[in-house]
Amino acid sequence: MHELSIVMGIVKIAEDETAKVKENAVAKIELEIGQLAGVELDALNFVWESAVKDSVLEHALKTIIEIPGKAICADCDREFYLNNIFDSCPNCNSNFKGIIQGKELRVKSLEVI
Amino acid sequence: MCGTCGCGSDTNGPTILKPGEHNHSHDVHHHNHDGHTHSHEHHTHEDHTHAHNHSHNHKHKVLEIEQDILQNNQVLAARNRGYFEAKNIFALNLVSSPGSGKTSILERTLSDLKNEIPFYVIEGDQQTLNDANRIDVLNIPVIQINTGKGCHLESDIVYEAVKKLEIKNNSILMIENVGNLVCPSMFDLGESKRVVIISTTEGDDKPIKYPDMFHTSDICIINKIDLLPYLNTDIEKLKGYALQVNPKLQFFEVSATTGEGMEAWYNWLKENI
Repeated sequence: MHELSIVMGIVKIAEDETAKVKENAVAKIELEIGQLAGVELDALNFVWESAVKDSVLEHALKTIIEIPGKAICADCDREFYLNNIFDSCPNCNSNFKGIIQGKELRVKSLEVI
Repeated sequence: MCGTCGCGSDTNGPTILKPGEHNHSHDVHHHNHDGHTHSHEHHTHEDHTHAHNHSHNHKHKVLEIEQDILQNNQVLAARNRGYFEAKNIFALNLVSSPGSGKTSILERTLSDLKNEIPFYVIEGDQQTLNDANRIDVLNIPVIQINTGKGCHLESDIVYEAVKKLEIKNNSILMIENVGNLVCPSMFDLGESKRVVIISTTEGDDKPIKYPDMFHTSDICIINKIDLLPYLNTDIEKLKGYALQVNPKLQFFEVSATTGEGMEAWYNWLKENI
């Protein structure tokens, strides 16, 4: 379950950023997670509580902003939304595409106290 | 808590061992690196952060950090990649489900080509030195990483293993990832190419059931083709699904047991060194 590694990465970022501004805890954290990023939100939420224990994130309110998948077709230039990484172009049916959105895995902001 | 294995302390974490070594060093537990601090430096953005700091009533400060969660892995992967490029090491990250024949393909490849090409191997498994021992009998330098409860390799532990291997210039490094078709797809190790291995016994729709791994790979080896007469698997259908996920995928159809199809794979390896 790589979601645990992901949450530990988030904890590390939060610890570093909080220390940089000489604060002690995070009140709110906003995450941006693309729907094609390969992260199961259920699994992430499941490990969250035990992973943030004894860290600056222990009492933080977590908001997850889900970003839908979007690609641009390499054959006909059509921009389209996709639910699966293997969805083909709705216009010309090509599988050649560049994913332009939906792979995000970011800490957007922290509210520190 | 350890992010790789979920343990409460460092004692259950990943270990790096050569065949014959004993399991007593835990100092490589991979989230203890000093490198972390350095790798975050260029994302400090003093101006940026301050520009967005608006104070609230109870001294709440909002930091708009926009930081990639896997950044640390990516920074160290880039470091590995630079090292491989500078030394002309062709590094392959071999990924697959457990039991698809990664180690068997490796054994056959190494036995057949070891007199022509210098090989090095990093084995990733949750437990045991078994795979490293299989490579060691072929007299190929090998390091075993045991990830404990971890489900994938990350670039920092590979970095430690690479240092320990002392790889010579102009060689091939085979990194056999933990058998898992989900988690390793997100973690760049700095490899030159990613090779996904699927065996004919796994069913032809696996590429769309586990699309991320096929999407991020460059090469797809279809193993156990000697079993095709006994199976319902349609290999063209399998390739069709894989190409739907990743139209750039290049295929090799092989049997590590009989040696069928291995020549094309060998030629590709030789072309790339």
